[in-house]
Amino acid sequence: MIKMQEPEKIFETRELNVNMGPQHPATHGVLRVVLDLDGETIVRLTPYVGYLHRGIEKLGESLSYFQALPLTDRMDYVSAMSNNIGYCVAVEKLYGIEPPPRAKFIRTIVGELSRISNHLLWLATHALDIGAMTVFLYCFREREWILELFEMICGARLTVTYPRVGGVRNDISKEFIDHLVKFLAEFPSRILEYETLIDQNRIWLQRTVGIGVISAEEAINWGMTGPTLRGSGIPYDIRKFMPYDAYDQVEFEIPIGTAGDTYDRYRCRMLEMRQSVKIIIQCLEKLPAGPVMADAPKFVLPPKDKMLIITHPVNEIAYFIDEKACKGCGMCLRACPAKAITGEKKKPHKIDQALCLQCATCFVTCKFKALKIVPGGKGQTEEKLVELAAQPVSDELKQAQEALVAHFDFIKKGPKVPEGEVYVATEVPKGELGFYFVSDGTHKPYRMRVRSPSFIHAGCLERLCKGHLVADVIANIGTIDIVLGECDR
Amino acid sequence: MAVTEVVAGLYPAGIEQEKIAEMIKEKFPEQVIDVTNFRDQVAVIIKKNQSFSILKYLHDEPTLSFDHLRDLTAVDWSNKKEVRFEVVYNLLSTKYRHILRIKVQVPENDVKIASVVPIWAGANWHERECFDMFGIQFTGHPDLRRILMPEDWEGYPLRKDYPLKGYEGDKDWPGFIQVIKRSQELKEFEWHD
Repeated sequence: MIKMQEPEKIFETRELNVNMGPQHPATHGVLRVVLDLDGETIVRLTPYVGYLHRGIEKLGESLSYFQALPLTDRMDYVSAMSNNIGYCVAVEKLYGIEPPPRAKFIRTIVGELSRISNHLLWLATHALDIGAMTVFLYCFREREWILELFEMICGARLTVTYPRVGGVRNDISKEFIDHLVKFLAEFPSRILEYETLIDQNRIWLQRTVGIGVISAEEAINWGMTGPTLRGSGIPYDIRKFMPYDAYDQVEFEIPIGTAGDTYDRYRCRMLEMRQSVKIIIQCLEKLPAGPVMADAPKFVLPPKDKMLIITHPVNEIAYFIDEKACKGCGMCLRACPAKAITGEKKKPHKIDQALCLQCATCFVTCKFKALKIVPGGKGQTEEKLVELAAQPVSDELKQAQEALVAHFDFIKKGPKVPEGEVYVATEVPKGELGFYFVSDGTHKPYRMRVRSPSFIHAGCLERLCKGHLVADVIANIGTIDIVLGECDR
Repeated sequence: MAVTEVVAGLYPAGIEQEKIAEMIKEKFPEQVIDVTNFRDQVAVIIKKNQSFSILKYLHDEPTLSFDHLRDLTAVDWSNKKEVRFEVVYNLLSTKYRHILRIKVQVPENDVKIASVVPIWAGANWHERECFDMFGIQFTGHPDLRRILMPEDWEGYPLRKDYPLKGYEGDKDWPGFIQVIKRSQELKEFEWHD
């Protein structure tokens, strides 16, 4: 902290009010900071957040547990994978299910990859804010590599939605592991490269050492978590405190700082990346074989290869309304997305086979079992269809039909959850991401609360900046590692 | 300026949650309404009159030392429970690794509760958000303003009687309409046409 000596009062000065943002030059999101300045020293700093508020908590209350998952990668879009994992771990605790070991290890791998990519982006922008352009380019080179790895396993780069409640969406391929091994062999030397650029750099040291100092007691009192807290010397890491996924089966260390300044927090994150590499290597060595989805039919989606569309392709079946059973209620008529069903009220409806998409919406909607799935494809005469519908259904088709109905129920309603509440936190790259669910016994959360680390860290900004110079605001915004999408939710 | 690496798990596992609940019951016999347990997470429901002293006790007592306020939020029970609001504190001790959840009942006709900012400085923004979303007044809070919603917003969005699309439904927020209007007025001063 810079203490100005009281100058001899020659003329009156007054505080200057300066607006920074809403489009902040650091573009960690949309943050507006109002500064009250005495000369160049900050007297008061008021952050204004909420520009990216999308009401995720309110939305979550209107969606089933399964549907709310994609919302979570829109929170912290820099490390979407970690957010997904956080959500899944919390919902699994609420459901009372466990993912299989292989899924746990895969999640740990992608979670740590996400941590590396987050720290790379953090380092890149933090260095850029402070004025080191080169680091930015170097970091983005490796970040691109990780995003390509993500693309390889799930097809998406940023908003991945790869982990699922009860496991992961699909297994990882041999090709992915080969690429990952290559990356892991190369990456530690790349970390050295960044460190060569800035670790002993005089400008970097001057801009970071002794800036934004916060003591251990104060940091925990302010609710800081993650590397931001560990820079002050408290080894609070949820991966060790309350291990989830496979963190209790791998060995790693927690880097902690001593001074609690911007430089220590930077060092912590650099060492954390190395620990992440260590964790991933161990996970790859121990990766067990087996399924990647929990065996809990009530709570997870049925496997894709058992679904009707796979077992009975479009040209092998046809949908048909049994005239005797149809009461003409009009439910299927309204539900049909292709408008292939015609008919008047209280009279049997008909399906126009040419328009029918075979989406099975009508089949699931019908309450009178009037809809029949018959073998033989679309291009059949009416008489033939009537004849086929009268025949008993084969076991295989029956099974597929049951799976279809179960699948529809799962997607449209979701499983029911016992009454209760859980607060489950996971260690995302930015700190402690907590999900607090209150269930009232229905298929939707009664209350979904997201405790986002960025929100709390943004609240600490005034504490960190007071008494520093204007230029240090940028260093401080960088060091607490905030993403405003997560802050505002 | 020195960063060291430590293997955590150095600490004892801490006191069991039920025992902590017992300790609170002993210390404040008339304040505890109920103790619930779901999925190994214990919640202590307390009355609001002495909530501040109970939380201060949890923070200051050396054997408990709940120094980390993980989360502070509220739940609107609407018609489902007798007391409408519940303010929820999720606590953790970084020293002893134990956790606890405290729930304080806040009735609708007196939506006030003592602020815990003097205990945990980090509660500042949590409480502001809680006020913003549920309209719960935290007495003694240094700066109780809306935080995520615009300052002139009407209503409290996370209350159960607040519609999902807002009171305006599909219509735009008045503030946004104003901005659009203003930008159209200022269009004549643009450099390029």
